[in-house]
Amino acid sequence: MTYPKPDFAEAAPVAVPAGASPPATASAAQAAPAAPKGPGAAGLARQAKAVAAAVLPPALTVLVILAVWQGVCGDSYDGLPSPSRIWLESKELIVDPFYDRGGVDKGLFWHVLTSLKRVALGFSISAVCGIGLGVLIGANRWAHRGLDPIFQVLRTVPPLAWLPISLAAFHEANPSALFVIFVTSIWPIIINTAVGVRNIPEDYRNVARVLRLSPIEYFFKILLPATTPYIFTGLRIGVGMSWLAIVASEMLLGGVGVGFFIWDQYNASRISDIVVALAWVGLTGFALDRIVALLGRIVSRGNAAS
Amino acid sequence: MGKAYLSIENLGVTFGHGAGASEVLRGVELQVDKGEFVSIIGHSGCGKSTLLNVVAGLVPASTGAVILDREAVSAPGPERAVVFQNHSLLPWLSVRENVQLAVDKVFGGKKSAAERREWTLHNLELVKMTHAKDKRPSEISGGMKQRVGIARALAMQPKVLLLDEPFGALDALTRAHLQDSVMEIQATLNNTVLMVTHDVDEAVLLSDRIVMMTNGPRATIGQVRPVDLARPRDRLAVAENGSYVHARAAVIEFLYTRRAA
Repeated sequence: MTYPKPDFAEAAPVAVPAGASPPATASAAQAAPAAPKGPGAAGLARQAKAVAAAVLPPALTVLVILAVWQGVCGDSYDGLPSPSRIWLESKELIVDPFYDRGGVDKGLFWHVLTSLKRVALGFSISAVCGIGLGVLIGANRWAHRGLDPIFQVLRTVPPLAWLPISLAAFHEANPSALFVIFVTSIWPIIINTAVGVRNIPEDYRNVARVLRLSPIEYFFKILLPATTPYIFTGLRIGVGMSWLAIVASEMLLGGVGVGFFIWDQYNASRISDIVVALAWVGLTGFALDRIVALLGRIVSRGNAAS
Repeated sequence: MGKAYLSIENLGVTFGHGAGASEVLRGVELQVDKGEFVSIIGHSGCGKSTLLNVVAGLVPASTGAVILDREAVSAPGPERAVVFQNHSLLPWLSVRENVQLAVDKVFGGKKSAAERREWTLHNLELVKMTHAKDKRPSEISGGMKQRVGIARALAMQPKVLLLDEPFGALDALTRAHLQDSVMEIQATLNNTVLMVTHDVDEAVLLSDRIVMMTNGPRATIGQVRPVDLARPRDRLAVAENGSYVHARAAVIEFLYTRRAA
């Protein structure tokens, strides 16, 4: 069930792009999913214990952070608002994420949903292109020599730096945002896929040669399954980066979306609302990461190197 | 042109070019008859696995040729199925699917889907692995994996079966079990087998002839020793047999004197 040594070393530099907001809720990252239900009172007790062990430490940490925050910021009315003031000022935003008064005056759920739709589209395109290019430069030495240096340069360009170029190219906000997501998240997918293809054990290739698999059979029966864990490592890093990119690009593009919401509230000096939005952004990013990780585990089930 | 079923003629293998070139094999001549079990034995690094890989077509010959059933070998193919040292099962496929992949590829146009499924199960039966057919390679032991590797190779109905130190990574008891299985299967199917090994007892017990390789670089065949033992052979009974003891002594003597030289 474990990944056979995905190459984090090569992927790591891509994971932290410049000019993007860091995840807001690092403490929540420790919460583990609950164990599957088992019958019996003893089983229930054990299960409750396991859930408590997973949930209590991060919950306590959050409480401590809130308490310190409250203590430091107190009741001052300028600068960073304290948790109690955020509750007073943004109560509606916190308790009702689903309201919709038309225009951009919507609950955070709708903003996040709009952003997620953009990410879904942009990320799907970059997944398809990234896996294709990754296979190409992993399998072909000349494609690797020709393309890899270019990719290594391009992947260091911060997401926001692409925005003026994509605006100039597409003239419209939506395709520009999609392009920024695409161009931000594609590099880790390409690089990890290529590493996976290059790491296909010689044995599997020999098996394919003895069986005289055609290139197409080799691609679907050997290359793709053997590379799946690497591909999903790339997809996981990529989905995180695309989420970073959407927030940043929406800030400049306007319309509905959680990034624009943050920018709009900043212009209206409603810092409390921004804090609430940051929690949404962080939790959504965390959920995206977990979903891709789970998909990877399901797809590469039993693929552990043995 | 030899009249043998499998004929290795003046075979030489050199890796690399120019100053960095290393000549691994030179002037290897070997004739194997149909249904014969031949072992290749030698010290580590003498090129015995390279020799097997040339027969498999995985490594190209620099000089000479390999001729199987009147056809020159130039590329790998299922008529020369290989059982690899480290089993080489695909971890994302079940035991049955691993064999099925080979069966579907080799008999895709010749047998119906039902026949192919039956043939897959028949070969798993042959190596006594039917009980684990739905398990993944990571869920079974090393000996069982190697059994599946053998089933996959047998399922291709190869003209010659190539075994590359098939039991090298296994413990002594498991190895003995697998050797017995291979002898049983060999008695039924009467395959032509070429096996690389570094285990003297294994070579003597299983083979009709033992090919002893000199040390590399530029390794070649030093000596060929027939093993005159009736089949079926029983590992306990043959241990006392004169032919077994003599063959064993001859191989050990060759290996030690050549190392000293």
